[in-house]
Amino acid sequence: MRALCWHGKKDIRCDTVPDPKIEDPRDAIVKVTSCAICGSDLHLYDGFIPGMETGDIIGHEFMGEVVEVGSGNGKLKVGDRVVVPFTICCGECEQCRRGYYSVCERSNPNKSIADKVFGHSPAGLFGYTHLTGGYPGGQAEYVRVPYADIAPVKVPDGMTDEQVLFLGDILPTGWQAAVQCDIQPTDTVAIWGAGPVGQFAIRSAILLGAKQVIAIDRVPERLGMARAGGAITINFEEESVLERLKDLTDGKGPEKCIDAVGMEAHATSTLDAMYDRAKQAVMAETDRPHVLREMMYVCRPAGTLSVPGVYAGLDDKIPMGAFMNKGLTMRTGQTHVNRWTDDLLRRIQEGQIDPSFVITHTVGLEDGPAMYKTFRDKQDGCVKVVLKP
Amino acid sequence: MAHARHGSADTMARGLGWFSIALGMAELAMPRTLTRSLGMQGSERLMSSYGLREVATGIGILCARDPTPWVWGRVAGDALDLGTLATALDGDNPRRENAGLAFATVLGATALDVICATSLSRKNRRRVRVRDYSDRSGLPRPAAEMRGAARGFDVPADMRTPEPLRPYGVG
Repeated sequence: MRALCWHGKKDIRCDTVPDPKIEDPRDAIVKVTSCAICGSDLHLYDGFIPGMETGDIIGHEFMGEVVEVGSGNGKLKVGDRVVVPFTICCGECEQCRRGYYSVCERSNPNKSIADKVFGHSPAGLFGYTHLTGGYPGGQAEYVRVPYADIAPVKVPDGMTDEQVLFLGDILPTGWQAAVQCDIQPTDTVAIWGAGPVGQFAIRSAILLGAKQVIAIDRVPERLGMARAGGAITINFEEESVLERLKDLTDGKGPEKCIDAVGMEAHATSTLDAMYDRAKQAVMAETDRPHVLREMMYVCRPAGTLSVPGVYAGLDDKIPMGAFMNKGLTMRTGQTHVNRWTDDLLRRIQEGQIDPSFVITHTVGLEDGPAMYKTFRDKQDGCVKVVLKP
Repeated sequence: MAHARHGSADTMARGLGWFSIALGMAELAMPRTLTRSLGMQGSERLMSSYGLREVATGIGILCARDPTPWVWGRVAGDALDLGTLATALDGDNPRRENAGLAFATVLGATALDVICATSLSRKNRRRVRVRDYSDRSGLPRPAAEMRGAARGFDVPADMRTPEPLRPYGVG
């Protein structure tokens, strides 16, 4: 089969690789009909995520048709259309039973390595680093889905791929980012990053009733899309984020702040950005946490920081003084996808939201490597790429 | 309207930025050694100020969204360097061979700077039309009307602000 494989920094290739096989009775093999490039795939592309190996099949946003089912899988049957959440979960461990699917205690076969790096291992992830299992990913013609009797979401008849594909990651990620802010009708929610997750966080915050939603980015198309979703926008290249947020909140600061950027913040002309780039260049820091710093500084005291943006390791110059003295709360983590999918699927069916608005590019799998660059450089108005294997 | 990014020119600019910082640091760290090797004793302060200029230009190139003016700044700095080195090329300077070598090197760097700056400027002239996504709300009605449509959603207890920490008079 064909699949997009990682061969090093900025080197993604469409390779021919062996087809996946059932390895466990609970497995299923899915023939991918649509998959997408996620912003967190760009961290792999840019070489910032440790634990990648040449030839790894990447991609964790995918859906398709079940073509083979293991003997112990009572949930799926051949022919089912499914969206597969990017976090792999067993459904049986203590964390899964509590609804913390993204920290499943059993789905990461490389748990011992992740334990050393993170203290305790998170769940296995499709198409990501070997720290999270090194599972072959979904930017491929076929995928083996472990524990396929738990996470996959069956797609009701009559729904298009474009309507439901993002249930596997970015829609629940943006939703969880807003939900864990516990939004009140008096709240201003500031969202850094108007990429796909930021766009869904904007709509989620609006639907959950925030008084005011503010999106911060510098890409005109993304800011336009954010305004379409109901956000007030700040272009951080043209105006001061701190001053504008102050103005929009009568000097009090936003009650809720969402970091939909993560470890590769592109702050321009700020001292801390320069510092991060220099430290990252000499491998003395893994992340560029400009957004975290700005959120801690600007958030209203007793406010909440929600961090769906991906961070990899060690971050420097975090203003813990502001964080502590202002009594802020931070909620973060990979998304507990299955906690939200039933509710979100219903909202899509009822027409409350149509996630396909975010798709700007649809291409074949063979054009995937080129689209990584287009997406990374935000060329051609690119916000979200869907691949059709 | 926005500028399209141009991979190779940007990569070259980043390379020049790092080179600028490295050269500037060297000029700041050992002005005496450098002036001596060029036969320009007594110009240590000038060498240090050139070092500061190089470091500042390098940082500007690396941090700016559009590095074009900073790379043109390097070209101007090159002219200054060449003018200064030219004074060390006269026959009385016992180190004029070194000065000549430095002059040729700066000349080469100037050529690279000019190539990079012109291709960045050319790129900036090729403006790309910004796509209009103002109709991509993803919502069935205007956002103002959809505000609070999911307000009945029951936020899980583990993600709620603890009751004692909620603002008075809210929820």
